[in-house]
Amino acid sequence: MASVSIESINKNYGQMSVLRGVSLSVADGEFLTLLGPSGCGKSTLLRILAGLEMQDAGSISIGEQVVDGLRPKRRDVAMVFQSYALYPHMTVASNMALPLRMRRFSAFQRLPVLGRLLPGTARIASEIDMEVTRTANALGIGHLLARKPGQLSGGQRQRVAVGRAMVRHPAVFLMDEPLSNLDAKLRVQMRTEIKELHQRLGVTFVYVTHDQAEAMTLSDRVAVMLDGELLQVAPPQDIYADPDDRRVAEFIGSPKINMLDGVLREHGLLDVAGSALRVDADALAGTHLTLAIRPEAFHLAHQGGQGALTGSVRMIEHMGSDLFVHLDLAGINHPLLARLLAERAPHIAPGQTLHVGVRPDRVLLFTRDGRRLRRQAESGYASVTPIRETGR
Amino acid sequence: MSRATSIGRLSPPVAILRHAALLATGALILVPFVWMVSLSIKPPGEIFSTSFFLWPKQFYGVENYTRALTDAPLPRYMGNGLIVCAVILALQILFCAPCAYALAKLRFPGRDLLFGVVLIGLLLPHQVLSLPLFILGYHLGILNTYAALIFPYVVSPFGIFLFRQCFKTIPNDVVHAARLDGLSELAIVWKIMVPMALPAVIAFAIFSVVGHWNDLFWPLIAVRDQSLMPPPLGIMSFKNEEAGNDYGPLMAASTLVVLPLVIAFLAAQKWFVEGMTGGAVKQ
Repeated sequence: MASVSIESINKNYGQMSVLRGVSLSVADGEFLTLLGPSGCGKSTLLRILAGLEMQDAGSISIGEQVVDGLRPKRRDVAMVFQSYALYPHMTVASNMALPLRMRRFSAFQRLPVLGRLLPGTARIASEIDMEVTRTANALGIGHLLARKPGQLSGGQRQRVAVGRAMVRHPAVFLMDEPLSNLDAKLRVQMRTEIKELHQRLGVTFVYVTHDQAEAMTLSDRVAVMLDGELLQVAPPQDIYADPDDRRVAEFIGSPKINMLDGVLREHGLLDVAGSALRVDADALAGTHLTLAIRPEAFHLAHQGGQGALTGSVRMIEHMGSDLFVHLDLAGINHPLLARLLAERAPHIAPGQTLHVGVRPDRVLLFTRDGRRLRRQAESGYASVTPIRETGR
Repeated sequence: MSRATSIGRLSPPVAILRHAALLATGALILVPFVWMVSLSIKPPGEIFSTSFFLWPKQFYGVENYTRALTDAPLPRYMGNGLIVCAVILALQILFCAPCAYALAKLRFPGRDLLFGVVLIGLLLPHQVLSLPLFILGYHLGILNTYAALIFPYVVSPFGIFLFRQCFKTIPNDVVHAARLDGLSELAIVWKIMVPMALPAVIAFAIFSVVGHWNDLFWPLIAVRDQSLMPPPLGIMSFKNEEAGNDYGPLMAASTLVVLPLVIAFLAAQKWFVEGMTGGAVKQ
């Protein structure tokens, strides 16, 4: 078991900067997810962590040890790949035994025929067999040990890949989008299994995904990455409800968060789309701000005016318990999406004029350069938070 | 009619034409072999008779094959061929696989230039190099030994090229996984890459063995001693010294020399085709 510390990692491919000053620390036994769209550098960061690629600047420690320049083998990390990366010519048992054979046997003991005759080889081999069988049984693939990867289904291969990583008890588990090759149903099932695996093993997990549902359900903390930068590291609920950066707010959440431009008036009122919303801001009058409002933060209001937005209904999507209502607002060229409880909003029809209200504390405010304008306990609004790490 | 039938099957006249063309070209290639086998079982009188029969009136196979095996040291020639081909193949794979791995999967400055050099090596005909190789062999003092037959072929640009193309199709993740599992780079080559590229290795092995088993040009230059001669050179000297115009035993000897290759090819045919077309379509 070990913590992981990543300090100011930079990585370039030629002219292209893939990682820019990424710093992150992962506590011992924590499940941390690197979340971001494809091409944001999250997989590169994971490969640097594993020692498969070298950073151009910065330092990485695992446990107390600085591992820069150490070969992957010496880092005590195991990795599960998106493609599983099983060895197709070996049986499941050999796939899982290989990391143990490479570590426990001497070079002579690994020799094809001669090795078996050396003292100790048979004893170590039977130990390895036992451990492989135990791990395989724990993952429910004990009956597949004699098969080759080509004869397995996607889910079974995935388990073998996890088993191969698990069998040598690494200090840190690295997972690079391990579920993205599975079908939707299996993905949800394996998600639960990975969560249980983490709880059972209690070791540090660093998990890379572009799927926010995976990130939100699995993680102790989520690190959101975009364009080679770390935007925010926080527990899933904070990432969703309390984002530091406009890009985090936009990336997280489905359907997407509503973004509206407005100008702050005095008395904590904000002019937006022909209405005035109360936002608790009593300073910075005249400032242009961006409001971000989650679709579910809206509620039906009986009348327009202060504290409510007014628009005409463009489209309604019935989702069972909820209604997704698309509203056209005056002066805004993209529709606003409100998620309303179906039972509270029974009589909405397209073309109708609708008022939706929102509580001031559900409105997230961002400056024009995309940083969060956050209320602080004493000093009022005026602070712009840098990237911060919130505790677990 | 289902779609598969309309695509898979041709109308009868087209099918007949196509098969006729295929059979004709097949026959053209087979005729010399059939003739060789036919001559090898005929008595001397029938070989030069004006009438032509594939099957002899008088079966003379036993005599011809006995003379082929006893008059010239044919088993010795074939043994030589076996030793030379086996050593060449083993050394070729030993050198080509790590080279190909480096060219396919490692990043280092000058890699593309080196690969270009390999491609140039692929373009050079062997005959161009025979004189420098002969002089090199002379200075090394290995002419007229097994080593002389082997050393020009130890590194095969074709092998490097073929393996490199095949290794490139193996996902990088597999190499990464192997590194994390604790394999050294050489262990990755021998435990992961070569077994995964087995069809290509077998295809290359067939090319290499056929090429060197049948090679006449270089052995003619490199060895004089009859006890070192590989089969084609042996048969040539057999023709000059022993057989003269006696084509029956000569053809019997030729048949015996070709036989191992035919058997080996038939046995490995499946992998051969796989290796040659591997990577052409996504699995």
